[in-house]
Amino acid sequence: MEEFFQQLTNGLAVGGIYALIALGYTMVYGVLKLINFAHGDLFTIGAFLGLTLLTSLGLTDSIGPVAGLLVLAVMVVILVGVVGFLLERIAYRPLRSSPRLSAVVSALGASIFFQNAIMLIWGARPLVYPHGLLPNVTVNVFGAELPLIRILMFVISVLLMCGLYYLTHKTRIGTAIRAAAIDQGAAKLMGIDVNRVISLVFMIGPALGGAAGVMVGLYYGQINFTMGWLYGLKAFTAAILGGIGNIPGAMLGGLLLGVVESLGAAYISIAWKDAISFLVLILILIVRPTGLLGERVADKV
Amino acid sequence: MLLELRDLHVNYGNVEALHGINLTVNEGEIVTILGANGAGKSTTLNSICGLVKASKGEILLDGKPIHTVPAHNIVKLGISQSPEGRRVFSTLTVEENMELGAFTLSDKEKIARNKEWIYDLFPRLLERRGQLAGTLSGGEQQMLAIGRALMSNPRLLLLDEPSLGLAPILVKSIFDTIRKINKRGLTVILVEQNARAALKLADRGYVMEVGNIVLADDADTLLSNPDIQSAYLGGKGH
Repeated sequence: MEEFFQQLTNGLAVGGIYALIALGYTMVYGVLKLINFAHGDLFTIGAFLGLTLLTSLGLTDSIGPVAGLLVLAVMVVILVGVVGFLLERIAYRPLRSSPRLSAVVSALGASIFFQNAIMLIWGARPLVYPHGLLPNVTVNVFGAELPLIRILMFVISVLLMCGLYYLTHKTRIGTAIRAAAIDQGAAKLMGIDVNRVISLVFMIGPALGGAAGVMVGLYYGQINFTMGWLYGLKAFTAAILGGIGNIPGAMLGGLLLGVVESLGAAYISIAWKDAISFLVLILILIVRPTGLLGERVADKV
Repeated sequence: MLLELRDLHVNYGNVEALHGINLTVNEGEIVTILGANGAGKSTTLNSICGLVKASKGEILLDGKPIHTVPAHNIVKLGISQSPEGRRVFSTLTVEENMELGAFTLSDKEKIARNKEWIYDLFPRLLERRGQLAGTLSGGEQQMLAIGRALMSNPRLLLLDEPSLGLAPILVKSIFDTIRKINKRGLTVILVEQNARAALKLADRGYVMEVGNIVLADDADTLLSNPDIQSAYLGGKGH
């Protein structure tokens, strides 16, 4: 039971990461019907920027570990948001009226560009986050001893998701984002500046991915310039699982995938961890291609 | 004169859809545009809204050119459209659709007043305000499309085929509503396939054929025009 609970909470923590990255895929797909293949690399940039800021600013020493990490995360979120904004301006906007395939190729190109840029800036060898930033304590939850960082990761992911849900479902600009995802022309008729909505989505999605990058760095300790590939693919799976284009779907899909993967690794074989994730992707594509929450409302004529 | 289209040309790629049309709308009028499918009626409305750009010619609102204004800024000038096919946001609620109609307004009280007035005009929408727009019937979706367009306090309302696919009783109710909002001082351009109903409602009418305006006259004169009767009113009038 203890083992199961450990694996379940680990799955939820990792799943929270998948969910945060998946939100970026799903929001961009929602407004542009484009899979932003460079999104995983924006997550990597978040992890590397986090490490650089951590070691160069020394915030955790000057204002304490918790406040330091929070300020750091906010800085990373802003910086990666700016990178996302520029990505859309440079790689996607000029191709807006081109055939869909051109934008996909551009996305793949952007991904290669980012990976190589990261390698040139930070080097090809894995880098290590400093140890002992957060007190290495465990917290007793329902009789199980859980690492503090795992709990923090899950809580922060959920808070970020709640924030995003509030933004998209309870505010004017959020409703405008959802409207632009449904029908850009009709959105323009409402007076919504669709280009601004798209820019906003390209800042929010990468920002969440950047936050996820910092958390992965803190959780696993080690980062490398290709890590965005696998995380991106897993998060993409999560987005499909929940129903691509659907924001709550990406959250659910991410958490679910994290848990399935973690339990599968524990009870089947750790070697099969990634295979299990992609088996989930294949199954969902066969059985329910619209994803768990991706049900369409029928348009009446 | 509220709106004037001068020698308006519109191209889709290499194909010219409007070949230089001239059209005027006075304050307080209902002007209808008739014509077969593909005549350029919706293109005309979409060019006024900035969704398609004029390749030549001018669109003037109060004498000022607006054909270079981006689509999302047209609403602020007081022009609003209920588009062909309704295009309600199907996975948003009725209430959210209505709120989006007022996206350009910031005065919360004004938005609330508009909503109250429109729910008064279409009580069905009030009943269904929490429902997803995609689950509404065709008639209700049409009410929502018109209501949503009214939320921005327009001076000029463009209606593209509001009767399309609706039962006759609903058509009558929609047309009565258009008359009612026009009485409040709102200028209306009405694009319709249902030519008889449109001409009965309108002050003036334009007839379009393959990207040109071929006839422009008072609605009553058009109603009794034998050519119009045979082409658009299903044979002889009565």
